[in-house]
Amino acid sequence: MFKANAKKWFSIICAGTLMAGLLAGCGGEKKPATSGTIKIGANLEMTGGNATFGKSASNGAKLALKEVNEKGGVLGGRKLELVVADNKSEAAEAANAMQKLATQDKVVAAIAPIASSSVMAGAAVNQSAKILAISPTASNPAVTVDPATNKVRDFLFRATFIDPFQGSVMASFATADLKAKTAAIYVDNSSDYAKGLAKFFRAGFEKQGGKIVIEEAYLQKDTDFKATLTKMKASNPDVIFVPGYYQEVGMIVKQARELGLTVPILGADGWDSAKLPEIAGASALNNTYFSNHYSPDDNSPAVKKFVEAYKKEYNEMPDAFAALSYDATMMIVNAITKANSTDTVKIKDEMAKTKDFPGVSGSITLNETHDAVKSAVIIEMKDGKQVFNKKVNP
Amino acid sequence: MQALRKQDLLLLGLAVVFYAIVQGLLMADIIGPFWELNIVLVGINIILAASLNLINGFTGQFSIGHAGFMAVGAYVGAVMTVKFSLPFIVALAGGAVAAGILGFLIGLPTLRLSGDYLAIATLGLGEIIRITILNIPYVGGASGFMGIPRLADFTWVFFLTIFTLFFIKNLIRSSHGRACISIRENEIAAETMGIDTTRYKVLAFTIGASFAGLAGTLFSHYFYIAHPASFTFMRSFDILTMVVLGGLGSMTGAVTGAVLLTFISAALASYPEWRMVIYSISLIILMLYRPQGLLGDKEISLSIIKRLTGGDSRAEN
Amino acid sequence: MDASSFLHQLVQQLINGISLGSIYALVALGYTMVYGIIKLINFAHGDIYMLGAYAGFFATTILKLSFLPALVFAMVVAAVAGIIIERLAYRPLRNAPRIAVLITAIGVSLLLEYGMMLFVTPQPRTFPAVFSATVYNFGGLIVNSQQVLILVTAVFLMVTLTYIVQKTMVGKAMRAVSYDMDAARLMGIDVDKVISYTFALGSALAAAAGVLVGVYYNSIDPLMGIMPGLKAFVAAVLGGIGILPGAMLGGVLLGVVEAMVSGFFSSTFRDAAAFAILIIILLFRPSGLLGKNIREKV
Repeated sequence: MFKANAKKWFSIICAGTLMAGLLAGCGGEKKPATSGTIKIGANLEMTGGNATFGKSASNGAKLALKEVNEKGGVLGGRKLELVVADNKSEAAEAANAMQKLATQDKVVAAIAPIASSSVMAGAAVNQSAKILAISPTASNPAVTVDPATNKVRDFLFRATFIDPFQGSVMASFATADLKAKTAAIYVDNSSDYAKGLAKFFRAGFEKQGGKIVIEEAYLQKDTDFKATLTKMKASNPDVIFVPGYYQEVGMIVKQARELGLTVPILGADGWDSAKLPEIAGASALNNTYFSNHYSPDDNSPAVKKFVEAYKKEYNEMPDAFAALSYDATMMIVNAITKANSTDTVKIKDEMAKTKDFPGVSGSITLNETHDAVKSAVIIEMKDGKQVFNKKVNP
Repeated sequence: MQALRKQDLLLLGLAVVFYAIVQGLLMADIIGPFWELNIVLVGINIILAASLNLINGFTGQFSIGHAGFMAVGAYVGAVMTVKFSLPFIVALAGGAVAAGILGFLIGLPTLRLSGDYLAIATLGLGEIIRITILNIPYVGGASGFMGIPRLADFTWVFFLTIFTLFFIKNLIRSSHGRACISIRENEIAAETMGIDTTRYKVLAFTIGASFAGLAGTLFSHYFYIAHPASFTFMRSFDILTMVVLGGLGSMTGAVTGAVLLTFISAALASYPEWRMVIYSISLIILMLYRPQGLLGDKEISLSIIKRLTGGDSRAEN
Repeated sequence: MDASSFLHQLVQQLINGISLGSIYALVALGYTMVYGIIKLINFAHGDIYMLGAYAGFFATTILKLSFLPALVFAMVVAAVAGIIIERLAYRPLRNAPRIAVLITAIGVSLLLEYGMMLFVTPQPRTFPAVFSATVYNFGGLIVNSQQVLILVTAVFLMVTLTYIVQKTMVGKAMRAVSYDMDAARLMGIDVDKVISYTFALGSALAAAAGVLVGVYYNSIDPLMGIMPGLKAFVAAVLGGIGILPGAMLGGVLLGVVEAMVSGFFSSTFRDAAAFAILIIILLFRPSGLLGKNIREKV
């Protein structure tokens, strides 16, 4: 049968090549509109495992645009509108969602996902559609710097510090403040964010003379951690570092305490959720610490004003995701105003020049790799409440 | 036979015309990127459904691990283009061959099982493949393989889909294909007639797997990313659903199922909360009213169309 | 690692594995019953388990029931849901090709998952602590009262179920239907009714598992049934599908294998190991550990 059809296949391939040849070099130019509402996209985790982050972030972004619109909008009275696309907390969906925002909704700029993996999955779309994306919280270095080429991705930004900083902050905290000599790492293997943190925590901890006695991994949506925690307990660490997100972290802390692991457990900004004490239980969370971008207990006027407006709008305390997403949105608005146009490339250029921008989470300056340079706070959990422990400057 | 070949050429001609129309609409920007994406997805799904149909529909072996082979193709292809900078066509071949070899190695022992036991074993194997990939840091592990260039486009997908359909159609009409069908109808009788059932089962499984690998390579090179979460058993169920919905053992049925389900899913994309609910309800209702699938094991062929339009009523074969 | 600490860890892992396995066993019992009677892989079974967990959740939070009444409430809700699903989705397909019923089961499963999402949002809910967990420490070996509760419930339900199937009229009818549906019908057994009973019983068991898991892990969400459902099916096949003690054995075995792999190898290979064991056992004992090998006759 193959022989009889050889001619046919040949003709198909010829036809295909011909058609492909015809294709090359087509594409139209589109002019930006000069009136009407301006759309800003938000590619966020509205459903799936990180849904509470996405919800907080979209709340923060909406609040920011509402405030801008109440003051008369931008570019001579044009209103701003937020278009939210759900990436279901999955990297593959994030690329689709970014594609939809860029091509169907024709946004001028977008809030990128919370999770580093998802931002990176959508990065190719941002680069080819020439639409900037700024992630409120994605802290893996590879988000803005392509690891394959070591070049900065010009259309990607973040409103947060990066993992090397966050990881080393926690490592110094463990060795200096908690006097830990040995540590265990229990990392969420499905997340680039967690893997990055684990790497930098290890580097920082070992540099300061500590020893990582065991490193184990789990996956998102796992529910039973007892087997691995039993193994960890046997190697007797002084502290356990659990970079990951609150859903699994809550269960890990709960099950660790049930197994009699009473050592301090450390984490990072993925812990920040009102759900954490519900899942883990308030008492299990005692003696746990995590690094974060801001604390609502902070007394600065910017924080106070934001917390008040947010509470009025949504009737709850804003977490760090809401605050950073608010900042990221304001940075986009700032860039549009400075560019004085909806030309997406000009907006990107202005975004890259952001300097001393007064955000809720502190003064934000973007460095040459598009990362925010700013301070971190360490939060301690006490009886289910977040308590401000200390502030660490870069 | 002569009539058959004429019909093939006619179909081929129609396909090229169809391609030209869609390509024209794409170039004129009448079909936007969102629908382009879904048209590409239809093509990939047709390859998956048609290849699973060869295993499930024509050979009667109940396999639900197709996503695993798709994953192998997606990753092997991506490694070849990204890590070794090989041309796309080599990656396509590599993805298909790798999935085919794995299909052969897996098929040989497991195809001794039958019915539901084979189903659960293939499902398990699909998951084992996925979990293994998840533990290989070289390809990004659980966070996925990023930075795959978009080398696949409508043209690639379209002609590879046509290639797959003709390949499988001709396979089924060959003596190998008849042997496969005889296994589906009655394995013991087939064996009595001197058919080496194991050989043909493994053959169908291997070919099916390698086409799934091909689809996987196309998939990862269109969506920029290969992620283990894209290849769970839910994806296998999706493909199985397309095959059964269209009609097990019907080529055109598999195509119909793939087109229909992809477009239902795309059309509902703007209602994210309701999408899966409507999808599942329509699935249940369709199954209740057409348990044998939309087409049963019949084919839509040119002769039927001709008969419907009052032309020459002589049936094929 | 010295020998005593190794032994200590081994026993602790065994405890972890048995408690995880008894959850699989509970879900597997329902799976195996339904399969035994109508030869249907009821993929929606894992979602009934989720439904039960939510019923228990609302019973404790809104109706303010205590643990036992909430458990019974959840079991009743799930039993009714099971009967309705069977009546509407599976019964019309009794004589259809089996693969069509399977696809319908997948459809029902998706409908339950995403329909539930519409009502309760995809956010995970935190199950209220209906009773505080007491932790027992036997010379460093940690056992949690909830783990004991789950194991005891699983064994109790398995024994009850075996009693029902072996000694009662309904049970006899079930076995008759499973053996030969047409002959059973000719003997005057109301086949549809027996199948309804089976679904009700199986679903109630799944709901019990759902509530127990809710209490144990403290967190429930609309997609929580997918993995345990699949694992439970693997457990049922492992033990010999259609055989009640087989489901129990398969479940516990699966749990122990997972704990051992996580404890002594790597937890990211846990699920792969579970499936690998399944395939190996299927290849050597195609009808499961406790199943009888029935040769196909010409």
